[in-house]
Amino acid sequence: MNTLFDKIWDAHVVSDIEDGPQQLYIDRLYCHEVTSPQAFDGLRSRGIKCLRPERIFCMPDHNTPTHDQDKPIEDPVSKAQVDALERNAAEFGLTHYGMMNPDNGIIHVVGPEKGLSLPGMTIVCGDSHTSTHGAMGAVAFGIGTSEVEMVLASQCILQQKPKSMSIRVEGTLGRGVTAKDLALYLMSKITTSGATGYFVEYRGSAVRALSMEGRLTLCNLSIEMGARGGFVAPDETTFEYLKGREYAPKGEEWDKAVAYWKTLNSGDDAVFDREIVFDAADVQPMITYGTNPGMGMPVDGSIPADAAPKALSYMGFSAGECLLGHPVDYVFLGACTNGRIEDFRAFASIARGRKKAPGITAWLVPGSWKVREQVEAEGLGDVLREAGFEIRQPGCSACLAMNDDKIPAGKYSVSTSNRNFEGRQGPGSRTILASPLTAAAAAVTGVITDPRTLL
Amino acid sequence: MKQKFDIIESTCVPLPLENVDTDQIIPARFLKATTRDEKFFGDNLFRDWRYDADGKPREGFVLNDPRYGGCILVAGANFGSGSSREHAAWAIAGYGFRVVISSFFADIHKNNELNNFVLPVVVTPEFLSELFASIAADPSMKVRVDVPAQTVTNLATGRSEHFEINAYKKYCLMNAMDDIDYLLAQKDKIEQFENDRNP
Repeated sequence: MNTLFDKIWDAHVVSDIEDGPQQLYIDRLYCHEVTSPQAFDGLRSRGIKCLRPERIFCMPDHNTPTHDQDKPIEDPVSKAQVDALERNAAEFGLTHYGMMNPDNGIIHVVGPEKGLSLPGMTIVCGDSHTSTHGAMGAVAFGIGTSEVEMVLASQCILQQKPKSMSIRVEGTLGRGVTAKDLALYLMSKITTSGATGYFVEYRGSAVRALSMEGRLTLCNLSIEMGARGGFVAPDETTFEYLKGREYAPKGEEWDKAVAYWKTLNSGDDAVFDREIVFDAADVQPMITYGTNPGMGMPVDGSIPADAAPKALSYMGFSAGECLLGHPVDYVFLGACTNGRIEDFRAFASIARGRKKAPGITAWLVPGSWKVREQVEAEGLGDVLREAGFEIRQPGCSACLAMNDDKIPAGKYSVSTSNRNFEGRQGPGSRTILASPLTAAAAAVTGVITDPRTLL
Repeated sequence: MKQKFDIIESTCVPLPLENVDTDQIIPARFLKATTRDEKFFGDNLFRDWRYDADGKPREGFVLNDPRYGGCILVAGANFGSGSSREHAAWAIAGYGFRVVISSFFADIHKNNELNNFVLPVVVTPEFLSELFASIAADPSMKVRVDVPAQTVTNLATGRSEHFEINAYKKYCLMNAMDDIDYLLAQKDKIEQFENDRNP
């Protein structure tokens, strides 16, 4: 009661259905090419239009290649899906940032970057990582395609209100410990289903100290604990980030907006359905050893004795094993989890003055064209190329391997993405989730390495 | 597919694994379809557990085991975690399942099942483990799911449990009505809400 989650959610309830869900108004819908075509088909078969097209933004990201985007997509099936989004956006009058458009990128990177995701909003997308936008102080969550159709048609969806959870992290994160490590740590403690049924508010001094990029990473991974979404109450860091962004309010509207946003916090009398407290000093650089993101441990730790045998057999690891020094084949920097400027800065900080290890294939994929531009503007592109890395074009890429960036069967990938499920990065691929620092450490040494030894 | 629910009595397909994620239910490479062809998704349900790289059925996976069949899938806790892909629900429906029984479902997937007229039935861990044991002992045993009464019964042991479903969704399932039908009838309320918010 009287949590920020309650305030935002309750302000968007259009009606209550007796003994049923609530009708929730949605401020922003994002559509990508994979989970929307059937929803647009649904509108056509019902003979209806979008109720509020100005609230809906579309861009392809899952299928887009990360090279030669100026040429047609080679895979005809991927091309058909990307083309379908463009056609649907045109037919229904929606804004569309197509491939090679300077505004294109991963939807969860572009939305905050353009100021489309604002504090106090309700935001949905047919994508579980929509939780990312919670970093702006919004209630943002992933939905299925039928629900995408609901929002296209009515700007509303029917939902049961989730319970609220407070995750408070107090103290200071250590050297070489990033927001990604914090998220992997939380998952390892809470498990992949521990927050199911909840909406999480991240609080405490360690969360407040995170940059917007760090908060976006943390909120992005809320779904991996089972939570529908997670958010951070807006503060000066948020306002500073938003000011001047294309879709952020301007002039007098800005001042009015900030005054309202400052009211968006959980009251002193707020009652959460569940509260958990962690100490930031306990968080180490983390890696995963298994086949769900909750199977994580400190990079210099040992695989727990009771780890699921099916997961270990898939990964080719054994209980009790320490993975430091374990050979790596691929390194992936990118995804809606870690494809932002700060992630490239972190990776470059370790790559600077070093060389990519022989035998490592590295894919460095910015989350958007804007990120790529900034990487070059800050001179990080030169640092990375000098070290033997290539910077690719933006997209979801090897996070889920719907384009041609696939990790081959049996190969080990240290990845800054969000899921290490069986086959996630390509059939038979073996994924070790980690921060950009830990990924860079693996890329320059060729083996799992504690990034703190290279800082 | 919209279809009315009443009482379902069927044999079961057991999948006694926990944390089955939607990447396993339908791998990402099958998400490129632009139509809702349930047969296509159903044919690729659990693709990489069901078939090897050459497309040969893997012996030992339950969908390839002729002893098991029916329209009820029984799965371990935290079923449907991970990606929001509704394709997972389309694959389950397309294969012919109408009910999934587990002790715990991931949120988004649970909604996706309901929106596709697949009923997620949450049972206690005790009920679930007894059910797995009953199926192992006799694959021809049946389960009855009574939607009007909101009960699920292991007909081998007679153990029965009440399951939760909100009155609105129950009405939708029993009358083959979906949320979009409902929302389209609410246009006045939506406009009223918008006007009240931005006077």
